[in-house]
Amino acid sequence: MSDNVDRAQKQVAAPQFGTATIAFAMVGLAVLLTLVQYAGALPEWLHRVPEALVPNFAGWLDAIFSFVKDDLGLLALTRFLTEGLEWLLDASANIFFGKRRWPNIGPIPWTALAAAVAVVGYYLGGWRLALMGGGTFIWTALIGQWKIAMQTLSVLAIAAPLAFVIGLSLGIAAWKYAWVDRAIKPILSVLQTLPFFTYLLPAVIFFKVGPTAGAVATTIYAIPPMILMTTLGLQKVSDEVVEAGKMSGCSKFQMLRYVYLPSARTEILVGVNQVIMLCLAMVVLTAFIGMPGLGAKLLAMMGSFKLGRSFEIGVTIVLLAVTLDRMSKAWVIKQPEHFERDTPFWKRHQMLLLGLVLFVFFTLLSWVMPIAGEIGRGQDFSQGKELDNLIKWFLNIDWVKATTGFLRAFLNVKVLIPFRNFMLSIPTPAFILLVAAFALALAGRKQAIYALVFFGFVALSGWWDRAIITLYSVTAAVALAALIGLPIAILAARSEAWAKRMLLICDTAQTFPSFIYLIPAIMLFGITDIAVIFSILVFAMVPLIRYTIEGLRTVPPEMTEAADMSGATSWQKLWNVQIPLALPTMAVGFNQAIMFAFFMVIIAAFIGTQDLGQELQRTLAGTDLGKNFVLGICVALMALTFDLTIMKWAADKKRAMGLT
Amino acid sequence: MIKMTKALTAGALALMSTTAFAADSSDPIVIPIHNWSSQIVMSNVVGQILEEKGNNVEYVTTDSQAVYESIRLGDVTMELEVWEGAFGASFRAALEKGGIVDVGDHNAVTREDWWYPMWTKDACPGLPSWEALNDCAAIFATAETGEKGRYLDGPVDWLKHGQERVAALDMDFVVVNAGSAAALWAEIGAAEADKRPVVVFNWTPNFAEAVWPGEFVEFPAWEDGCDKDPAVGPNPDALYDCGNPATGYLKKAAWDGMEAKWPDAYAVLEKISFTNPQIAQMAKLVDIDELEPEDAAAQWLEGNKDVWEAWIN
Repeated sequence: MSDNVDRAQKQVAAPQFGTATIAFAMVGLAVLLTLVQYAGALPEWLHRVPEALVPNFAGWLDAIFSFVKDDLGLLALTRFLTEGLEWLLDASANIFFGKRRWPNIGPIPWTALAAAVAVVGYYLGGWRLALMGGGTFIWTALIGQWKIAMQTLSVLAIAAPLAFVIGLSLGIAAWKYAWVDRAIKPILSVLQTLPFFTYLLPAVIFFKVGPTAGAVATTIYAIPPMILMTTLGLQKVSDEVVEAGKMSGCSKFQMLRYVYLPSARTEILVGVNQVIMLCLAMVVLTAFIGMPGLGAKLLAMMGSFKLGRSFEIGVTIVLLAVTLDRMSKAWVIKQPEHFERDTPFWKRHQMLLLGLVLFVFFTLLSWVMPIAGEIGRGQDFSQGKELDNLIKWFLNIDWVKATTGFLRAFLNVKVLIPFRNFMLSIPTPAFILLVAAFALALAGRKQAIYALVFFGFVALSGWWDRAIITLYSVTAAVALAALIGLPIAILAARSEAWAKRMLLICDTAQTFPSFIYLIPAIMLFGITDIAVIFSILVFAMVPLIRYTIEGLRTVPPEMTEAADMSGATSWQKLWNVQIPLALPTMAVGFNQAIMFAFFMVIIAAFIGTQDLGQELQRTLAGTDLGKNFVLGICVALMALTFDLTIMKWAADKKRAMGLT
Repeated sequence: MIKMTKALTAGALALMSTTAFAADSSDPIVIPIHNWSSQIVMSNVVGQILEEKGNNVEYVTTDSQAVYESIRLGDVTMELEVWEGAFGASFRAALEKGGIVDVGDHNAVTREDWWYPMWTKDACPGLPSWEALNDCAAIFATAETGEKGRYLDGPVDWLKHGQERVAALDMDFVVVNAGSAAALWAEIGAAEADKRPVVVFNWTPNFAEAVWPGEFVEFPAWEDGCDKDPAVGPNPDALYDCGNPATGYLKKAAWDGMEAKWPDAYAVLEKISFTNPQIAQMAKLVDIDELEPEDAAAQWLEGNKDVWEAWIN
């Protein structure tokens, strides 16, 4: 801690006077409190907030919710919206997998859809994308997961466009009116740190159990990045373009439609990419509230240790994710095509026509050959059962069993449990002081006050112990991720080729829906604490490696050359030049790792944790909106404290080093 | 394209016309699916019986506690397994609010509680008393639980109150929730190999009793109000200080609009009644024979025509 304080003082341009002293004093007080507690002399009310003092936040919130829901008639309104949404979802369900609803034309034959996707892939990015898109859909059909994959896609096809439209409109509003921007910003940061489980219960209550609730929760979760990217893009439109638009006499709407939006095309499409990826990740997670599809099947298979079958579903999800990601990214890069006047229709739209022809061809073919329309049960090539046995056999090999068993025992008994007990042994006020001191030393007074208020609320919420256990999982996993990830990243950054390869791996891994990371964890460690830590670790390591490599690779060459000339060894160069300069970027990676960890630790409740996530998951079984919300806010506030502190530090540091 | 549309609409119309003559609405009857096998198979069995009769049926996966709220609102049409021990509280609460009706009992006796396979008794001879179990807590310890014993409870959403009971009776146990019912069977199976003592959540009727003979732990007997009134049960200051009912009911429940909307289907639902062995057999088809639920249901229907054909005629 003192190290950080010193560095913060030396390097931040204008350190506030006395910050270090105050931070020291706070740490000192915290240590003192803890020691008194160990000596057994601390009164109980200073160790933990007494239950009598815990305000009934959940009760109050419940009262507010039921007032809004029943007395103000919000439920009637949302139920009305549900009807419309359900109609859309039913129609898309009919088209994708043949649910018996209007318009009664589905399901699309798998061959036709695969062909259409391949054509889209070719249009966007040539043969490679065509192969990837077509291949993914053929794999899905052959492995016997077509119907569940289509159930997932049918919701995605509604949720993603909805999130896009709402996000775009709000983004435009925030760019146009400063007050909207001001009002939206804090809400967005809370929304982005709120655990996904918190979205689920209100969605079920207000929007009916099943796909409608899942679609609503997914849509809401995917909106924030769209808003951010839209505003970002619109703000960047250059004055010259705006002038040109004005001179040609555009009306306000025309300005938006023909000047601003096309100029912000790249950012908006990046937003679209994020919307699609988030939607996919979340649709899978809505299995927890009964959304059928890939997620539900994966949940059921993982729950019953059918690991081979889980693995196959995991592959499908990953393939879909990568395909959607690559295609939408290719769309970002692809410039709009312009044709000469009088180019015949068929020439301008040849790809569209080709797609249509293939689509119709395969649809007709499926009438003659039913196998081209639907692969029935028992006709697929799934090797799930064989894989199940293979994995079981592997885990039963003596040395594998010994290794995982040893890791489990060693990490649990020697590292994790003592660490958890240590964190739990710190008195609440001391813990809050430590966090505030950390924020003060790294970022400043404002962040320290946020830390005090946020953690103060967590203490008052009555869920302190569970919150600490959540925090313990996050810290333990991120620390382990750093121990493993940083050396990998530093090694990879030494050569251009390896850095590229590693970044590609990280990029790909980041497109995987979070749920996927649970599969290897459960495979290796079963339902144990280690599996929880392991899944968070892997998930959090990705941004850590990525930002570290980027940080190290973007160190200005002058700096490294200067180090070379002054005869530094490569170790000295790394330690004294590259890492300090890369630190702000690495901090961003750290921050993202922590955010990811907070996200994952809640989902990992599925494996069986004792933290806030477990309570959150438990609320999904009832109608305790108040409790659900309090728990979600606790997680969000803890995550926000770190987010605000670390991002402020990274920004300060970058400015001080003249990197921005 | 157009051809396909036409053909398909024609098909859909043909399908609808067959049902149009029945008194039942052609809207789908929504049957909920939860996360244990007998319920999944039974729901598919009943769904296929109703489809046989010409009703439209849809399945929706829901939480097993929240489902009663969904039934009240008509989002879900029926629930085929209302276990007294697990869902009695949610069911009663929903009955009080209105919108849900009790469609009668299955011919089955249910019990859900802490349970151990027989070999556990060798290591802890005082069983099945809960005090004896508590005295041997140490033999149930794992790497994660330290000195305390581990009790593997059902998935969190079953709201088993294991945690509360451990606190109320001051037991030396840590409650760990399994991810699903299958995780419970995996644990018993793993323990069987080296006859390791385990105590897990289990219930009857279930296939498990045929595969692994075992007993329920005898907790202080259930008294009405044990989950509402701290004074009931041995610990005067705590709820959940009793075992679950030892002879619980297994009910069917339905949305109160069902009888008017699908009268025929409702009449069938009233007649439906499964017995302990039948329910255990349904679970076995999925848990042991690894059939997909729809196939398991089809197979069960095939083999038990005499049971269900009486219900629809």
